[in-house]
Amino acid sequence: MNSVIYKKKAPLLLFLLPAFAFMMVYLYYPFVRNILNSFVEISGLGTAAGAVNQPWYSNYVNLLQDPSMITALKNTAILILVTIVFQVGIALVLALLTDRAGKGAQFFRTVYFFPIVISGTALGLMFNLIFLYKGGMLNQLLQNIGLISDNVDWKDEKHFLLTMLLPVIWQYVGFYFVILITGLNNISADIYEAASLDGADGWKTTWYISLPLLRNVLFTCLILAITGALKVFDLPWVMMGSGIPMDRSWLTGTYMYNQTFIRADVDYGSAIAVIIVILGVVISQLANFIFREKDY
Amino acid sequence: MTEQQYFDQYMSRELADSAKRRKRFSPSKLIIYLLLVFWALTTIYPFVWVILNSFREKGMIRKDSFSVPWPGSADFTMDNYLTAFERADFKNAYINSITVSALVTLIVIFLAGLAAYGMVRYRFHGRRALHLMILASMMFPVFSTIIPVFRLQVVMGLASTGNRYLSLLSVVLPQIAGNLSFAIIVLMGFIRSVPIDLEESAFIDGAGVFRIFSKIILPVARPSFATVAIFTFLWSYNDLFTQTFFLRYPKEKTITLLLNEISSQAGVNYGLMAASVVLVVVPVLLVYIVLQKNIIKGMTIGAVKG
Repeated sequence: MNSVIYKKKAPLLLFLLPAFAFMMVYLYYPFVRNILNSFVEISGLGTAAGAVNQPWYSNYVNLLQDPSMITALKNTAILILVTIVFQVGIALVLALLTDRAGKGAQFFRTVYFFPIVISGTALGLMFNLIFLYKGGMLNQLLQNIGLISDNVDWKDEKHFLLTMLLPVIWQYVGFYFVILITGLNNISADIYEAASLDGADGWKTTWYISLPLLRNVLFTCLILAITGALKVFDLPWVMMGSGIPMDRSWLTGTYMYNQTFIRADVDYGSAIAVIIVILGVVISQLANFIFREKDY
Repeated sequence: MTEQQYFDQYMSRELADSAKRRKRFSPSKLIIYLLLVFWALTTIYPFVWVILNSFREKGMIRKDSFSVPWPGSADFTMDNYLTAFERADFKNAYINSITVSALVTLIVIFLAGLAAYGMVRYRFHGRRALHLMILASMMFPVFSTIIPVFRLQVVMGLASTGNRYLSLLSVVLPQIAGNLSFAIIVLMGFIRSVPIDLEESAFIDGAGVFRIFSKIILPVARPSFATVAIFTFLWSYNDLFTQTFFLRYPKEKTITLLLNEISSQAGVNYGLMAASVVLVVVPVLLVYIVLQKNIIKGMTIGAVKG
């Protein structure tokens, strides 16, 4: 699209400059500092940079050989897939259903949002009580139904992945739901009217009108899901702390925080942050390539 | 017939149709509602659980967290709230929180709206590079940028001054930057779906780009702006990490910070923790309800569709 309105480029500067100025000063400058930090030795939070690492890229070599980092990458890859399939998937189904429900739609829109309102830390504490070994909500419930006879340790090697992923998925379904339902509302009523005059009904309108017109918004959700998964932090941190069980549950976000703020290995943490950004850009460009954006 | 008459006729037919539809029982409707109700239960229950347990005696939660502590029963107590109020200056903290988050939200939606509009409608050299820049910045973990930002703001004379307003500003600025990329990406998705015909007809009527932005894009995309505003407010409000870094004096504390302190001192006093969560969540829910009205406007237009 290249409308005649937007041929003159002068106003563009005013549109873009304020936002990008903010990003340069508060995001790009600090992040460049962060990249530089990943090459020098910094052994404490307040301490100034020491000598350059020997060799300067040693942190990155170490990362490749760090079993915890490899675990973190594996878990994060799983999280990205699960996020796209379940978070965005469930949200899409719920948004389409709510859109067709008519009565009570308002109620569902409000309550689906609840998990996002409560901070991740509080949710983490709540889920800890739910998954508690002795007297936790889940163990009590399953024993009452008779599905299990002994308490299950939900954070052991068999169950930890499910225990960690389930709350994260559940929490953010509402987020994508709100974005998708806003997208549905933005679809002009005329289009539906025209379709119903042409005899399209119910699911046909959903399939041939809502979904194609949601494409741009769905793509936005995809990008947000990828970037979100790479830096998800508070819920897994509160629930899984330092990678329990036995360094198996690290995610890139929690591992970076742990290295920087708990182990005070600032330069190593900086290197992890660089990896997070590179992976995010590469994966979202890949998604961009596969689901190429379309202008309507 | 006048336009109004057309409209009335259309509406009455529409109402009659929908009345007919409602009387008919359909199994697919039942399944839809069952699914919707199931998910609603999973989102409501934890919330109810937190509220119930905020009224429970200390130490009772682990033993019996499912029953209802009715007012008057031995289990019921207001102590958690009294303790919370005793320990802190709430009025001041709410003022600080709402000032910071409201400022962040207003500036973010304004700047992001302008930038998203420019990015979607204009074709120019370096557009792809700028888009990549926005995407990449969304992935910067806040933990990796906070230390240089802190040093920068000390040099700028904003952080660590002991002046309440400067300290609040030193939280506002990084939070704006932190929310901008997300807001631009989401608004771009929405603005792209606005049909350009509207803008073209306004242009023919002599409107300039800034007029088109304020008179067409803003009103048409209003639900999207409200959605972005809700998320921005929420993240600014719940962002404990940035606040911990820049707000150190008692006068400057926000509500999230205050209650995090209370609940971290609470240890296994889950009742006090639950009360803290409730007190933090209330203003956010109010903001959500107010802003949601804007989203619903789009909804009622959508209600006409068949």
